Amino acid sequence: MSSNTFLGMPSLPVFGHGNLNATEAFPKAAHRELGNEQLRANLGHATHTIRDKRLKVVAELPDWEDMRNAGAAIKDATMANLPALLEQFEANFTARGGVIHWARDAQEANEIVTALIRETGETEVVKVKSMATQEIGLNEYLEEQGIAAYETDLAELIVQLDHDKPSHILVPAIHKNRSQVREIFLREMPVVDPNLTDEPAKLAEAARKHLRKKFLSAKVAVSGANFGLADTGTLTVVESEGNGRMCLTLPETLITVMGIEKLLPTWEDLEVFMQLLPRSSTGERMNPYTSLWTGVTPGDGPQNVHLVMLDNGRTAALADEMGRTALNCIRCSACMNVCPVYERTGGHAYGSTYPGPIGAILSPLLTGIKSEENNSLPYASSLCGACYDACPVKINIPEILVHLRGEDVDSKRAKVKVPTQMDLMMKGAEWAFAKGSHLSLLEKGLPLGTLAAGRDKVIKKLPGIAGGWTQSRDIPAPPTQSFRQWWAKEHKPGAAVVPGSTNSPEGEQA
Amino acid sequence: MKIALFATCIVDAMYPRTAQATVAILERLGHEVVFPEGQACCGQMHVNSGYFKEARTVVANHVEAFDTDDYDVAVAPSGSCVASVKHQHELVARRCGDTALEARAAVVGAKTYELSQLLTDVLGITNAAEQLGSYFPHKVTYHPSCHGMRLLRLEDRQLNLLASVGGIEMVELPEADQCCGFGGTFSMKNADVSSAMNADKAANICGTGAELCSGGDASCLLHIGGGLSRQGSDVGTLHFAEILASTLENPVSVTGEVKVKLAGSKR
Ligand code: SF4
Repeated sequence: MSSNTFLGMPSLPVFGHGNLNATEAFPKAAHRELGNEQLRANLGHATHTIRDKRLKVVAELPDWEDMRNAGAAIKDATMANLPALLEQFEANFTARGGVIHWARDAQEANEIVTALIRETGETEVVKVKSMATQEIGLNEYLEEQGIAAYETDLAELIVQLDHDKPSHILVPAIHKNRSQVREIFLREMPVVDPNLTDEPAKLAEAARKHLRKKFLSAKVAVSGANFGLADTGTLTVVESEGNGRMCLTLPETLITVMGIEKLLPTWEDLEVFMQLLPRSSTGERMNPYTSLWTGVTPGDGPQNVHLVMLDNGRTAALADEMGRTALNCIRCSACMNVCPVYERTGGHAYGSTYPGPIGAILSPLLTGIKSEENNSLPYASSLCGACYDACPVKINIPEILVHLRGEDVDSKRAKVKVPTQMDLMMKGAEWAFAKGSHLSLLEKGLPLGTLAAGRDKVIKKLPGIAGGWTQSRDIPAPPTQSFRQWWAKEHKPGAAVVPGSTNSPEGEQA
Repeated sequence: MKIALFATCIVDAMYPRTAQATVAILERLGHEVVFPEGQACCGQMHVNSGYFKEARTVVANHVEAFDTDDYDVAVAPSGSCVASVKHQHELVARRCGDTALEARAAVVGAKTYELSQLLTDVLGITNAAEQLGSYFPHKVTYHPSCHGMRLLRLEDRQLNLLASVGGIEMVELPEADQCCGFGGTFSMKNADVSSAMNADKAANICGTGAELCSGGDASCLLHIGGGLSRQGSDVGTLHFAEILASTLENPVSVTGEVKVKLAGSKR
């Protein structure tokens, strides 16, 4: 990985910190989550519902593929020209009365936000749902500093009240069902109707009553941003509930935290993304609320407008030629909704703020693949490719997963002296597949496999890492003769061989 | 047409009948089949596991075996191996800085077809019963493998060929486009998740009431079949090439006891 210098950043890539690191390897975390039947049922139901909705609204647009290409092209152009666009954005944002702060990593960003809140003298803030602040662990940090941050997005509120972590980037409480939400509200809301039912409308009403007081009293709001438009210095938040809009307009001070990759070059570019994003994320033609703000308007809305520009590993990811397109992500969550691995393990198994297929590449790109907590993430995929098909900005997630596996193998090769079982297996297979004659030699041992399979003609237990296979799967007895052997000995050109003819090799299919 | 067969490592060693059936179909259509002896594997297991250095050896061998003018097109009865030849080989060469290998890999990739692609797009097969004499009087469901579906865009080619076999009864597989969870070494490294995916696939297959599940990738069928077998299910798996090769005179028969039994085999 080469290093890049811009924006006064140091010459070595600074890797990201905060809620990006897994605390345990994916297979272990997945094993635990797989045991949670309720979680699997909730997730399976939710992802299937959103998945079907998305397919339906995407199919409505005849130019969906062109739109995806446009989205990818705009984002590629943004990344190729990021330093200049950031400067342009900064100039325009500042000219309209906003203040920009640059944060190298999670720690710096948290300190900046805390200092800004302190300046106001407040100890409470309302929050618009934001991935960037989840990534840096802002809520936890503020709590340590004696500042209470109230999430106002309904799902985010549920997670916060339950002292849990979000498990999905769009639907943070996707792992909980209605009756679980009811219990959380009854337990955690200071004033709540004791006869609360688990009807969605009733639950929403309880949350609304709970939040209303906060909205009306809060002097400071913290938000994320979906896009920053370089040519006007405008910020955008796209949401469904309107809680965001309350936060963005009522308080006196607005502090936004945004990753440096979230820029779009021009106002016009937003048009493409306003079509791609809602259809991909919630399966809707249009999202209910889109807020755009450009600096300060005297007498209207927040009068102190701050923006914290977050690097936290993004420069390092940008320096990775193969992996950088991961920064094109618009956090729509389409990839996780179609991912068979995510569907079964849920978001917590990925450890990071970013779960699912995008998380499996983004987290290790931001922290560096050498970060041991995250080097199991690129293997958390069967490479089925459903994520690539669903991604509105065409991030080739399977290709980046494979690239990162390569980086991981190389980095381990450089330090580990004793080869692992996987290394040995791969070495052995390299020899076997280096020449047809090698494979042919090995295939002479096929009858041995038949012997190992025993009378019922299946192998039920294999040693070592291959034992993972036989935990739930049999292997059929191999045939007594390989195709290659049959071809050399018995193939007669033009004598159309049919499956049941006597010159067939032995062996049945399982 | 002179067609070079790429048997793929799993088919060569574990499912020779699939390659044999491929030869049978192509020869039945009057084509000459050749088998480049030096071939071994496409290398996708190495690539997909991140072992690029080792993958290069395997890719170089494949390119060496197939980079000749001695045939018109190459064919493999495996979507994922063809996807590897077409999409991964150049990438591996590039990553290893081998531009000569990259150029040769591109030539081989362009000449390589997946079986249903060759039959449908090049050889014009639209009715297996009429054009190939295929006959298989059984109830069959079909799993489209991920790489064929998403990397090669095979769409319904395999399914349409199967549906046109004489005597066959096709039943739709619910959630057919969901991955079976094989994913090469994924099935070992993330054995729990892989097993959970396979269990759902098996449940969907069993729910159809089909006698067997067909598909176009030996590795996925090995995975699905291995799961069904462990569960004690009577439902087996069979590559679509073998169903196409089956005829009234010389059928592949399906029995409950050994699942898929070939007329000439001893059991
Ligand atoms: S990677 Fe693509 S599909 Fe996944 S969240 Fe990002 S934009 Fe959406």
